[in-house]
Amino acid sequence: MDMQSLYQEIILDHYKAPHHAGLRDPYEAEVHHVNPTCGDEVTLRVHLVDGMVEDVSYSAEGCSISQASTSILTDLLIGKPVPDALAVHQTFLELLQSRGTVEPDEAVLEDAVAFAGVARLPARVKCALLGWVAFRDAVTRAGAAYENHSQRAADTVEITATKGK
Amino acid sequence: MTVTVSSLNGLLDTERIRADFPILSRRLADDRPLVYLDSANTSQKPHQVIDAMAQHYAHHNANVARAVHQLGAEATEAFEAARDTVAGFIKAPSRDEIVFTKNSSEALNLVANTLAWARGDLSIGEGDEVVISEMEHHSNIVPWQLLTERTGATLRWFGLTDDGRLDLGDIDDLINERTKVVSLTWVSNMLGTVNPVAEIARRARAVGAIVVLDASQAVPQLPVDVVASGADFVAFTGHKVVGPTGIGVLWGRRELLEALPPFLGGGEMIETVTMARSTYAGPPHKFEAGTPPIVQAVGLGAALDYLSTIGMEQVAAHEQAITAYALQRLSEVTGLTVLGPTEAVDRGGAISFELEGVHPHDVSQLLDSLGIAVRAGHHCAKPAHARFGVQSSTRASFYLYTTPAEIDALVEGIRHTQRFFGVA
Repeated sequence: MDMQSLYQEIILDHYKAPHHAGLRDPYEAEVHHVNPTCGDEVTLRVHLVDGMVEDVSYSAEGCSISQASTSILTDLLIGKPVPDALAVHQTFLELLQSRGTVEPDEAVLEDAVAFAGVARLPARVKCALLGWVAFRDAVTRAGAAYENHSQRAADTVEITATKGK
Repeated sequence: MTVTVSSLNGLLDTERIRADFPILSRRLADDRPLVYLDSANTSQKPHQVIDAMAQHYAHHNANVARAVHQLGAEATEAFEAARDTVAGFIKAPSRDEIVFTKNSSEALNLVANTLAWARGDLSIGEGDEVVISEMEHHSNIVPWQLLTERTGATLRWFGLTDDGRLDLGDIDDLINERTKVVSLTWVSNMLGTVNPVAEIARRARAVGAIVVLDASQAVPQLPVDVVASGADFVAFTGHKVVGPTGIGVLWGRRELLEALPPFLGGGEMIETVTMARSTYAGPPHKFEAGTPPIVQAVGLGAALDYLSTIGMEQVAAHEQAITAYALQRLSEVTGLTVLGPTEAVDRGGAISFELEGVHPHDVSQLLDSLGIAVRAGHHCAKPAHARFGVQSSTRASFYLYTTPAEIDALVEGIRHTQRFFGVA
């Protein structure tokens, strides 16, 4: 695969200068997620106010894909109502799990469309999802259950499957 | 010391050897030739192994040790002949000391579990100590954590020096009259270090401890004599010695194999069974419940025969020469730091490194785009990475088919990676 299409400029820019990095107060939930295969990790906090994602802060160690993905997540989701943020999360998840069969929706995903190439590399999908799965977990723990339960349970199974071995 | 290709002593005739390995001539995406530098992860297989397994399936397939028919006899003969080959290859005093397992992990778990269940002289409990090291693969850490948690014994470990060797400074404290087991890797899968196992085994045996060696990386690279190693148990796996996956080996001293309780219960491991109780077969069958990996044993036998034909002294010399060349070439790369010994002395053919400014995942992705296969991550040795303050590394590992030209391709690929990420 062409490395320029995988490592798009936007990914390398976020990797070199990640947005919203660092752990901040206040927050309602903090989670720690690791990719057991490679050891990449992220500690991520969410601060929710009146149903809005007021802040997402994080400390992460990992490859360019996982770092840039978490950085872009914060750009996209901070300031959104929680249900909208979860909808973006769902769209991103579907793109990454599509093995390249889904055309990315730029209106929803904005800069995150840069990860469309990653969807064709099974070994790297979990890198791109690390921060996103952590975000979803943190929101759930913060007690913001905005969607119906069965939908959430289905997502959880898929997420576990992508974490793999 | 500068090493040039022309001055490399001990290289094998890789052109001839590579002709035996069909996969080494395949092309990858963009018609790039394969540069396979991941042999510490798993080795490639010569056609002699592939053919032996196909021949067995095509002509001799049957279950072993229970079929009276001709095919059953042939299969049993082939399976047991592989046990003889293994015994000869590692210089085991008796074929009955060779237990076939699924892999090294199962072999190490077999020892740790049966020791946890042992009563009498071999029993382990509170106040007893088990010693491992910080450079172990997870498969030689977790079984001992489980053992000590289950028995109340204490887990202790050797630390590492900054250049990636075992720190033997506190050996007198670590190996003492409370020590029941010392379990160490012979050759580190991450750092490449070859440990002075015979000396440590001598110290351990002197206090009555059982010595277990994880030889997963040693048997592929070094001439191995299990008795001379001083160990009581030695574990290795088939797929790293140009053999198939699905089969590993545990060698154990006969009196210990006889004294330990069974591991898994089932067919093949019994003498007689009533509804109330069973009596067990002697070693090795006592530890081989169920239908064993028959064709994998045949493949393993063919693999060890292949290595014996080349000669393990020659394989070790090749590994040493190619590792010295790789260390020299990698030292020319600015921003590259080798984790582990930087001289090819008491060192195996796995080199883990950090590249400043580029994460190992990204290094291996870029190298893969050039057809170069390396491993990125923690290599199942998280504590060893933590010891050197890194989360993960990139590892290039070599075997009897690795050429200096492939090392050159690696170095050029690393430079390309640095340019791509703008860190050169």
